[in-house]
Amino acid sequence: MSLPTVAPMAMAGAGHAHACGHAHGDGCDHDHGGAQRSPPDAARNVLIRARGLTLRRGGRTILDHIDIDIAPGEIVTLIGPNGAGKTSLVRVLLGLERPDAGRVERAPGLVIGYVPQRFDRDSAIPMTVSRFLTLAGKVDPLRAQEVLREVGAERVAERQLSHLSGGELQRVVLARALVREPRLLVLDEPARGVDHLGEADLYALIGRLREERGLGVLLVSHDLHVVMAQSDRVLCVNRHVCCQGVPETVAQHPEYVRLFGDAARAFAIYQHHHNHEHGLGGEALPSERPPEGGHPRA
Amino acid sequence: MLEPFLLRALVAAVGVGIIAAPLGCLVVWRRMSYFGGTIAHGGLLGVAAGLALGIDLTLGVVLVSLLIGALLVGLGRQHLVPSDSLLGILSHAALAGGVVAASLLSGQRLDLMGYLFGDVLAVSGIDLVWLAAGGAVVLLVIGGLWRTLVAVAVHEDLAAAEGLPVAWAEAALIVVLALTVAVAMKIVGVLLIVSFLIMPAAAARPFVSTPEQMVALAAVVGAVSSAAGLGLSMSVDVPGGPAIVLVLSAVSLAAIGWTAVKRSG
Repeated sequence: MSLPTVAPMAMAGAGHAHACGHAHGDGCDHDHGGAQRSPPDAARNVLIRARGLTLRRGGRTILDHIDIDIAPGEIVTLIGPNGAGKTSLVRVLLGLERPDAGRVERAPGLVIGYVPQRFDRDSAIPMTVSRFLTLAGKVDPLRAQEVLREVGAERVAERQLSHLSGGELQRVVLARALVREPRLLVLDEPARGVDHLGEADLYALIGRLREERGLGVLLVSHDLHVVMAQSDRVLCVNRHVCCQGVPETVAQHPEYVRLFGDAARAFAIYQHHHNHEHGLGGEALPSERPPEGGHPRA
Repeated sequence: MLEPFLLRALVAAVGVGIIAAPLGCLVVWRRMSYFGGTIAHGGLLGVAAGLALGIDLTLGVVLVSLLIGALLVGLGRQHLVPSDSLLGILSHAALAGGVVAASLLSGQRLDLMGYLFGDVLAVSGIDLVWLAAGGAVVLLVIGGLWRTLVAVAVHEDLAAAEGLPVAWAEAALIVVLALTVAVAMKIVGVLLIVSFLIMPAAAARPFVSTPEQMVALAAVVGAVSSAAGLGLSMSVDVPGGPAIVLVLSAVSLAAIGWTAVKRSG
């Protein structure tokens, strides 16, 4: 079975009228459909590109003219306070939610691996981990095994999904995203319910995937302490993009400091210790850890 | 040798047991039993509509059940009332409306009890043809969309983000529910159809580890219980549909009891 076919540069947003995402009066005569016909040159090296995303729900503006690009091999981290619209932005990018204005363009045939924020275990449906992986499409059983090993979940392959611990479930959901051989990995708060060692593992794995396969990664976090040193870009979102840049720049941006206050300073300190801590954690880990584990950029 | 009417009853009852298995599992996984019951109640209104319009009654049932399904989904999206209240309203509106309309239209000649609880011993050859054709469509549609249907039952957003045809699968589920109601109504009646869906699935759940195993075991439970219920109905001369449902109830309660014992031990 071929993977989800997304029309080249598919438009997830409102395709006409106010698709340009800025408020305009009667004089708007520029071409709204230009990107729909063929990928513009500038977009050739971008996996996903969104312009002017605006989302309103129940009279509230959740997203306000957000622009975002993710290129292959790039790790982009979304941070922002609770309720800032991070998950909504992800949902719009994935096509789960229609924006009121703006548009989302995807590279032709883009396969996205998605790790949602919530995954409720449900014992009503019998489901082994192996079978769960094959829900992602036609999956070679050997490849599925390999991916489970990669995320450190090979021991639970025949267990019921409903019997997994939070950390195990998180790894298995990540395996399902990876088994589809995505070019873009979207993780919504992947460190939730994972213990500290598991978290270090997870970020090491994400870094490795980026280096080895050139995956683009979009990472959502509400926890400033987990913003990775290896993020290429951090977008600080609070309905709109407050500021963006490499982690160090964002941490010192006045908008960012205003939003997070004391927590912002803690983040800056964490930056200094990041590589060190992860390196130690990696070496001390038991066999559950993937063999080639460790911080790729330590 | 079985009497022809008894043979037809046996084929019909076992057939419904098998056809209902995959749909029943989906209904259990999606927690849609009330939804299924509401669509089933629409069946009686469908009989009345068929009588009023002078069209085939089975077609009437399919159309009205589809209408109720569309209404449920459409109104549900508006979030005007809690979804179980909406189901309660439409479910009983359809049931009461069906009884009133059927009585008005046919005087006292309509076999109301037969439509409510089924009359498996009165199944005709034509009914069996409908059952075979409708059942084939139901199984083909579910089979064709199986991966999506299971993926949505596990995690809808994940399925949608992976590009699976989630909206199609949702619509197809309503269509096959309506079809199942239409072909099973004569045999088990609108009030008992849901038990054919959920009881075999519930009975199978503790003994399986994949969705497909659950469907297979539910089909076996449904078929065997139907035959046993029919035997019970013949031997003590009680209505067939309720007798089958009693057997199904006993099997699913035993399975639940077994789960409880296993968990505590």
